[in-house]
Amino acid sequence: MIAATYTIPDVLIFVSASALMLVGAVGVIAMKNPVHCALSLIMTFFGVALAFAVQQAHFLAAVEIIVYAGAIVVLFLFVIMFLGVDRSEDVNVEPIVGQRPLAALGVVITVAGLIAMLAHARWVTGAHSATTGGVPTKGGNANIKELGTSVFTTYLYAFEITAALLIIAVVGAVLLSRRDRLSRAEELQEENA
Amino acid sequence: MSIPASWFLVVGALLFGIGAYGVLTRRSALIMFMCIELMLNAVNLTFVTYAHALRDIGGQAAVFFVLVVAAAEVTVGLGIVVSVFRRRNSTSVDELSEMKG
Repeated sequence: MIAATYTIPDVLIFVSASALMLVGAVGVIAMKNPVHCALSLIMTFFGVALAFAVQQAHFLAAVEIIVYAGAIVVLFLFVIMFLGVDRSEDVNVEPIVGQRPLAALGVVITVAGLIAMLAHARWVTGAHSATTGGVPTKGGNANIKELGTSVFTTYLYAFEITAALLIIAVVGAVLLSRRDRLSRAEELQEENA
Repeated sequence: MSIPASWFLVVGALLFGIGAYGVLTRRSALIMFMCIELMLNAVNLTFVTYAHALRDIGGQAAVFFVLVVAAAEVTVGLGIVVSVFRRRNSTSVDELSEMKG
């Protein structure tokens, strides 16, 4: 019945993208070794990138791989190895009684609520955007052009603020992670004295 | 005929749920950050799906900004994890039970 409505390649793409995403996500929360968690996270990002590409968001699919799988996960791996916390965590210990069942219950309620909301909303017939006049979002080069036009016109101020945000984040990270220079100088003085 | 948007929306909801469960149950601050990335990606997927379904590029622009904020968040968050690790020699959030540094 599914194959009669949608073409087989579409279904295959959807199934492989979802499998990558969900298996990777379960890996992140179930693996004991943080390095394995980070590798599962990469798997999820590839699934998300596939889902982006199949929905005409080609630029974001590329950025997903470059920024998330390329930069953010490498940063995670760098910190894991820098701190030497790549030993396994015992995931069977439950420090708070009833934490896991309660967490599972809350998550099930949230997801069920989200899906129920989707099922009851008539969003499929919702009004198309006035900005693009309901023109289908384009793929390939046209997608980059369209997104660029949108970011540099409609969302220009937000874009400028992200520039400031990135600078502040870099300065903050440097301040947080550098060693205390003053105490180091004092140590040296003590050694000399 | 392309894939129906609702399929991807359901996957996005499941991905969000898995990420939320991870944040609630794992104790290593690093893994909690990874689970937050999972939740952000679930929302990104939903944004792109709606952008495709409602034919509005605004959804993709929102994902663009989420990417930037996620990068900034991870940079600062991992900086905090590194400085906490220097002091406590652990990344477990259970040990951070007092405000005093």
